[in-house]
Amino acid sequence: MANKEFLRRKQEKIMEENGIIYLENVSKSYSTGSPAINDITLSIKQGEFVFIVGDSGSGKSTLIKLLLRELTATSGAVYVMGQDLAELKHRQIPRFRRNLGVVFQDFRLLNDRNVYENVAFAQRIIETPINEIRRNVPTILATVGLAGKYKAKTKQLSGGEQQRVALARALVNRPSILLADEPTGNLDPKNSWEIMQLLEEINEQGTTVIVVTHNREIVNAMQKRVIAMKKGIIVSDQEEGEYIDED
Amino acid sequence: MNTLMKISTIIYTIKQGFVNIFRNKWYSLASVATISACLFLLGLFYAIMTNFQHIVQTAEEEVCVSVFFVEGTTEERMKQIQEMIDDRKEEVVRTEFISAVDAWKEFSKDYLRGYEDGFTENPLDGLDRIDAYMTDVAKQEALVTYIESISGVDHVNKSIVLANTLSGANMLIAYVSIGIIAILLAVSIFLISNTVAIGISVRSEEINIMKYIGATDFFVRAPFVLEGMLIGLVGAAVPLLMIHSLYNKVLTYVTERFTMLTSILNFLSVEEIFHLLLPVSLIVGVGIGFLGSVITVRKHLHV
Repeated sequence: MANKEFLRRKQEKIMEENGIIYLENVSKSYSTGSPAINDITLSIKQGEFVFIVGDSGSGKSTLIKLLLRELTATSGAVYVMGQDLAELKHRQIPRFRRNLGVVFQDFRLLNDRNVYENVAFAQRIIETPINEIRRNVPTILATVGLAGKYKAKTKQLSGGEQQRVALARALVNRPSILLADEPTGNLDPKNSWEIMQLLEEINEQGTTVIVVTHNREIVNAMQKRVIAMKKGIIVSDQEEGEYIDED
Repeated sequence: MNTLMKISTIIYTIKQGFVNIFRNKWYSLASVATISACLFLLGLFYAIMTNFQHIVQTAEEEVCVSVFFVEGTTEERMKQIQEMIDDRKEEVVRTEFISAVDAWKEFSKDYLRGYEDGFTENPLDGLDRIDAYMTDVAKQEALVTYIESISGVDHVNKSIVLANTLSGANMLIAYVSIGIIAILLAVSIFLISNTVAIGISVRSEEINIMKYIGATDFFVRAPFVLEGMLIGLVGAAVPLLMIHSLYNKVLTYVTERFTMLTSILNFLSVEEIFHLLLPVSLIVGVGIGFLGSVITVRKHLHV
């Protein structure tokens, strides 16, 4: 018990000093080729909205995988919510991931289930009582503008609507951090803007939002912090930044 | 509260296991068909071989050695010798004392049929004997050696050729059965676990999503395992029902059409066949469904 309390305080201290996400001299190498991430140090504060930009092979996806603890760093330390991810045991990963909401370019919905079931699924995983699920899911669906489509199969929805379902699923468990990996990659400009507006609203409510994107127009218009990556290193990190060409 | 949540998770898991079967009905059907086909072949072969073995064993039980006594042995001593042989429970099923008088009556009845009047004396006089029926003809040599060592025993009649033939046939059936059943079992395990593996691999995306959201390994694995076990159970039950019905029909057909055959050959009842086939089939079906899904899901859990 005392040990847990000590650990919690330690994590809070790390968060206070270094932010909700902190990477310290992190490198990640795969068995072949040059390192995907090379000696990165990065800090993201609680409640920030951050864009991570860069070309293919710049290390963005590896960075997301490190934050999700899908990969472990070859060297250096990754802290998320003050927790050193290298110290997490396999069985502790699910509980850790419940602090993160994830949205992907290809939505990754369960296509054999309807909108309600896709969102409720995230609540079932964390063993939310059924009456709470019945209350929470319609609320979050209303937030993303899909209250009337809860019965629809995901395949019957447009790309924008599918991404909203993914967003609702990512948010229903009230995560502290939302990771969005190319959330507008498969969407038209109108839907892209709507999704970004939703992300901004979520951020305003206190959730830390990290968006990996190629969308120059959106990055430039939103005037948020922009971290640019190239060949595994951070080439620029600007508050209210713009999408810059590395060439 | 926590217990309530756990119960709801268990209910959800069970429900998902059933729902998954219907949701992936073609895969479920293919899996059930594969398991059924494999276990049907296995069961059919088992039924045939068990009957063969039973027929040979029945024939073995009819094989006996005949023990003859030294001239002048008293009836009391003969009874003592019979008791000594009876005590060899591992080798002897039963013994039968046949006096010289009974032996002559039997011989006359079988071969002379009315011509026995020509004999004024019993030509078999002094040839009282004990017939000892064996549990296993392969033990004949050991039994004969023992009987010959008993004082009062003159000699023992035995059939080496018949014993060797039956013993050889029994061994051959046992080896062939073990060999073929092992091959069929290996093929079944391979085919069934492959079918389960393919079904789960197709849904690796679903497992990935669950893991990203924060599902525990148990939460991801349990519906798949339950699904695998249910498929295994149905896959085992179908061939068992088919074999039960088919076996009874064949047995009735043979009994009615080939009366001669049934008087010589003694077939096992369906209950005797199912005594071992039922648990083995269910264990193989459910077991492979369980293991196949556990192993395959594990491959996809490291996300």
